Order: sequence, then structure tokens, then C-alpha cells
Amino acid sequence: MSTLHTVNKSPFERSSLKSCLDHVSAGDAVLLIEDGVVGARKGSQFAGALAAKNGACAIYALGPDLAARGMKASDLVDGVKVVDYAGFVDLAAEKSRVCAWL
Amino acid sequence: MSSYEVNGLVAEHDEEGYLKDIHQWNPELAGLIAQSENINMTPDHWEVVNFLRDYYEEYQIAPAVRILVKEMTKKFGKEKGDQKALYALFPYGPAKQACKIAGLPKPTGCV
Amino acid sequence: MSETKKKFLYVNRKAPYGTIYALESLEVVLIGAAFEQHVSLAFIDDGVYQLMDGQDTAAAGMKNFSKTYKALGDYEVRKLYVERESLDERGLKVENLMPVTYEDEDDDYAEKPSLIVVDRAEMSKIIAAQDVVLSF
Repeated sequence: MSTLHTVNKSPFERSSLKSCLDHVSAGDAVLLIEDGVVGARKGSQFAGALAAKNGACAIYALGPDLAARGMKASDLVDGVKVVDYAGFVDLAAEKSRVCAWL
Repeated sequence: MSSYEVNGLVAEHDEEGYLKDIHQWNPELAGLIAQSENINMTPDHWEVVNFLRDYYEEYQIAPAVRILVKEMTKKFGKEKGDQKALYALFPYGPAKQACKIAGLPKPTGCV
Repeated sequence: MSETKKKFLYVNRKAPYGTIYALESLEVVLIGAAFEQHVSLAFIDDGVYQLMDGQDTAAAGMKNFSKTYKALGDYEVRKLYVERESLDERGLKVENLMPVTYEDEDDDYAEKPSLIVVDRAEMSKIIAAQDVVLSF
């Protein structure tokens, strides 16, 4: 009965990631897409907030959006998993609802 | 024709006949729009048109037909708040046709 | 649509007028109301500004659609959840919001408030209880 949350805006531009993390429930998944992926970079200002939720929730970043921005899996906060488009679809299908943070 | 003209007033409308500027509306203009819809305005027609204008003034939207029926029933009783009766007055749809005569924009969700 | 009703939550996180999100959300709510589902609205972050009392758009030259929230009761949309923390962060109080009510036909058409202030933890639970979440 858990939720897939998506965040598609950079946390440096909008509060979407913060709001999302403030509203997740245990067992939810958070998927960073589009500009949202920049929040997952190791050493970034948001690394701590993401790491704090990682465990109770699963955090993902969309591979094609990382690649487009010159980022690799090894650049991300520990524990953040990379998924491709098929993985995105699987997550959406396996969760009960999708909540977008715009 | 892309505008209505009545008593020297020129009121532009869109390709479907809805007024571009709702502030230009007046009862004479409503009569003219009704004519172009082949409707002869009776007191029953005015009741609906005035109700729609009041509703729009209060809520800034034209109500969906379902809501119009419900609210007309509350205000004027069952005979007036009846979908069939409303369609008899405005054959092309009370919301759509009556809104046009009332000078309101096309109702949200009306295709 | 006689099958089971689903729970729809519209999440509003943007102030009105600066972008089209708030107005689009409201239009979708009104159109969607025809499908007779369980519909509620959430106001989070700047979304709480959509419910500010005393909005006057005359000088800005825009349509004041804040009055339309008051029609939601007619459309059986009777739960407008407002997040307390979002109000606090913005220096707002519930008293700054406009009254939104619905008529309860099971209680002699008594006017009842539609605004429900909830804290962030409750809001998370509300989201988790939906069938469909639509974000604006």
C-alpha cells in the first residue's frame, strides 16, 4: 500500500525535494527524475536529508537523466539506486499510487 | 458575423457566439443572442439566465448542468429544477445555450 | 459509474496567479467532479495562498478565481485539507484564510466548514490513503 513519490525539480531551485521528504511514509519509494537528480549528488547540500530517509524509504534516481547531466551512479549519495525507464515503470506498477512533487 | 450589434452597442463574440467581454452584456443583447439561437425569451428563460448570472457573479464559474438542476430545485422548486424542463427551454443544453445568452464564457468541461 | 468509488486527492503546492497551476487544478477538480468519486484537496507549501481571504485581482487585471473554491461544496467536494506547518512557515494563520463551506443535506442543509487544518504527519497519512494523487 505504499507510494512512489517523484521529484522532477532541482532542490536548489524549488522546495519540491524537501516537501517530498517531509511527506513520505515508511516503505515508500522516492524517484528523482529530470533536474531532480542533481539532489542526489554526493557532497551536495541535500545529501544529508536524502541519507536520513534512505532506509525507511528507498531512494532512486533515473539513469538517463543522470547521464544527460554528466553524472554516474558512483557520484550519488550512498544507497541511492539507479533505475532505467523500465525500472521507473516497475516502481509505478508495484506501488499503490504515484505522488508527483512538482 | 463576429459581433452582435444592438442599440449602437457593438459586442464582439467568438466563433461559437460567446461574448468576448462579459461586461458588455445587457438584457437587449441577451435578446439578440437568443434570437440568433432561435429562442424566444420568456419569463422562464429569464429565470435561468438570471440564475446563471448570479451564480457566476458569486462563484466566477457557470455551473455544470447537474449543479444547475440541483440549485434551481432548491431556489425555485422541483418543476423549475428539472433537466427535461431546462432542455425544453434551451434545446442545445441549458448550460451551454443559456450561458451564451447570459453573456458568460463557455462552461468549463463543455466540449 | 456504479462501480466502487475511488479516492482522489488533488495536491496544490503553488500560489495562485504567478503560474497557471492553481487555476488548472481547480478546473480539473470541477470537471472531474462529474465522475462522482471521493474527491478531496490538499493545500501544502505556497498552495495555502490559494485560500487567502480578501484576494483582489482587479489591479493585477486577472480573474479572481478564489470565489470558485466556495462552489466546490455544490460539487460534493467537501474536504479541503490545509497543512498547519505550511501556514506557520509563511507567517499565516487559519484566520487569514477565506471561509469555505458546504451544505449538509443530511442535516437540514446546515452550512459546515470544508477547510480542515491538519499537521504534516496527518497530511502524509492522507496521501498514503488515496487511490489516485494528482499534483499541481
